[in-house]
Amino acid sequence: MSVRIDRIFERCRAEGRPALIVYVTVGCPAPAESPELIDRLIAAGADIIELGVPFSDPMADGPVIQQAGQTALNAGTEFSEVLKIAAGVRQRHPETGLVLFSYYNVLFSHGLERLGGELRDIGVDGILAVDLPLEERDEFFPVCERFGLDLIPLVSPATSPERAKRITAGCRGFVYYITVRGVTGVRTSLPPELAGELEEMRRILPLPVAAGFGISTPEMARSAGVHADAVVVGSAVMKRVLERDSNGAVELIARIAEALR
Amino acid sequence: MNTHFGIYGGQYIAETLMPTLIELEQVYLTAKEDPEFQRELHELLVDYVGRETPLYHAKRLSAAAGGAKIFLKREDLNHTGAHKINNTIGQALLARRMGKKRLIAETGAGMHGVGTATVAALFGMECDVFMGAVDVERQAPNVERMRALGARVIAVTSGSATLKDAMNEAIRNWVATAEDTFYVIGTVAGPHPYPTMVRDFQSVIGTESRRQILARTGNLPAEVIACVGGGSNAMGIFSGFLDDPMVKLTGVEAGGDGLETGRHAASINGGRVGVLHGCKTYLLQTDDGQIREAYSVSAGLDYPGVGPEHSFLADSGRVRYTAINDDEAVAAFDLLTRCEGIIPALESSHAVAEALKAAAGYTPEESIIVCLSGRGDKDMDNIRKYKENRGRK
Repeated sequence: MSVRIDRIFERCRAEGRPALIVYVTVGCPAPAESPELIDRLIAAGADIIELGVPFSDPMADGPVIQQAGQTALNAGTEFSEVLKIAAGVRQRHPETGLVLFSYYNVLFSHGLERLGGELRDIGVDGILAVDLPLEERDEFFPVCERFGLDLIPLVSPATSPERAKRITAGCRGFVYYITVRGVTGVRTSLPPELAGELEEMRRILPLPVAAGFGISTPEMARSAGVHADAVVVGSAVMKRVLERDSNGAVELIARIAEALR
Repeated sequence: MNTHFGIYGGQYIAETLMPTLIELEQVYLTAKEDPEFQRELHELLVDYVGRETPLYHAKRLSAAAGGAKIFLKREDLNHTGAHKINNTIGQALLARRMGKKRLIAETGAGMHGVGTATVAALFGMECDVFMGAVDVERQAPNVERMRALGARVIAVTSGSATLKDAMNEAIRNWVATAEDTFYVIGTVAGPHPYPTMVRDFQSVIGTESRRQILARTGNLPAEVIACVGGGSNAMGIFSGFLDDPMVKLTGVEAGGDGLETGRHAASINGGRVGVLHGCKTYLLQTDDGQIREAYSVSAGLDYPGVGPEHSFLADSGRVRYTAINDDEAVAAFDLLTRCEGIIPALESSHAVAEALKAAAGYTPEESIIVCLSGRGDKDMDNIRKYKENRGRK
């Protein structure tokens, strides 16, 4: 169990604001540039960093994160490099939450036991496997438990309340609520029913609820953040990184952090 | 319902799609037991598709090979020219039952896309087909057929711009549209219940073949051979013989330029276990878990994975999986075309090539069944180009 993630949510609650989670595709535009980008995003106000592992076939991602992943792979980003970057971030930022965000094949291919040990030693707090639903997680869940890693569960607008309870049972850290029926991407608005859905999830689930997918502006973050314990920003950051505008990415996160205060 | 085949299969898919898959499983289970559903499916297979398809004794091909009698299960004679329609009709009936108004599909060679566009026209549904941009190019006649049938063909340019990328894009579209859209998967892959459901819809090939060969020869065949990309025609015909241990079953993967070159689409012969498109199965991948691009002269076999039941049958040893290279497949295409007047799909030509090798090991009293999964009209341009390029090498 990651004490760190729990502490982050406690601190944010005390400050009366939602936590800010920022997704970064590690290795985009090149592995050498990721450490500085992540450092700056943390300085700008990210409480938790989702370290996106590039994958050749990102089925849950829209065009921006697809391109970010492809750019990282073209730049030669290997999984070992992602782990090395994670270790560096952990050393420089002992209080920031670190969650690995990956498609399952990369984890499975690396070897689950080996991965668990390495992530524990690095000090990664949790793992989010986008294509590992409740039905398939039995081979990975015990490994995460053993190595003290939070396997972050995902819940979507298509998930019934009863199923959401089963998904989150026994989980720690937080639950990732997918705000839209669709893939990741920059959006200009969130569904009107989102507020009600988030409130229901907070009421019935035992974990802090993070809202992610599509949150692209300070205004959207603020309005989702009223009804959630955390907001996740990803594509809007990576879009700027792909445009070689990392200043713009950092500035966006600073403005979103400001809006959430 | 069993969601796995041993360690293979499963439902490795985003949570947003899980409720849809759970509903689909229920609908399928109910439909399967519903005599009215079965009656309508059967009626369409007979009157619309033209089943049953013949089991043809290819005497001149057999003589050319020497040895066993070679029988061709003529799935190329189905309406639309391939086995794919057996499955698209079944899934369209399920879509209608679920009240869906729109079908989406991925396609490689275009035969499944045509099969889906055809049933969409038949049932008055909207249809979007995702097709790799490379395949749109090399299977142009099928693109025209889909458009004529009223489907939109969406050229996918991401990744290798072939079948796996088309499937990624179809899944992305489905996540956003599942409330009114049914995803018609064309092969025995994808998340449960697709591998089981598609096998069941294709099992008509095996059921007919077994009955026909017994009626014709009084014996079961010595061997049954089918090509394997995702492997739906193979699971269809194998399912009729899995419980006959004396019948040897052979799946033929696409060897491309040769297994040793790394340029192939042979997931079982040249891959290792991983997770892609919703299921655990053998995959072509790097040491780092990135999916590799597959290669085959035949667009329909150009896929870096394989249906999970095939992975299971490979491990259990019930089915032997071999590989046939581009050159051998094209030679078999020529031979069958010239000596029987039957133009096979390049995919099916891989199975024919394997049969030509295998036949010599048998006596003329024994028989081999080859699943001739589709016709080759779509490949004429491809084959001409392939031969021109080979001439230049």
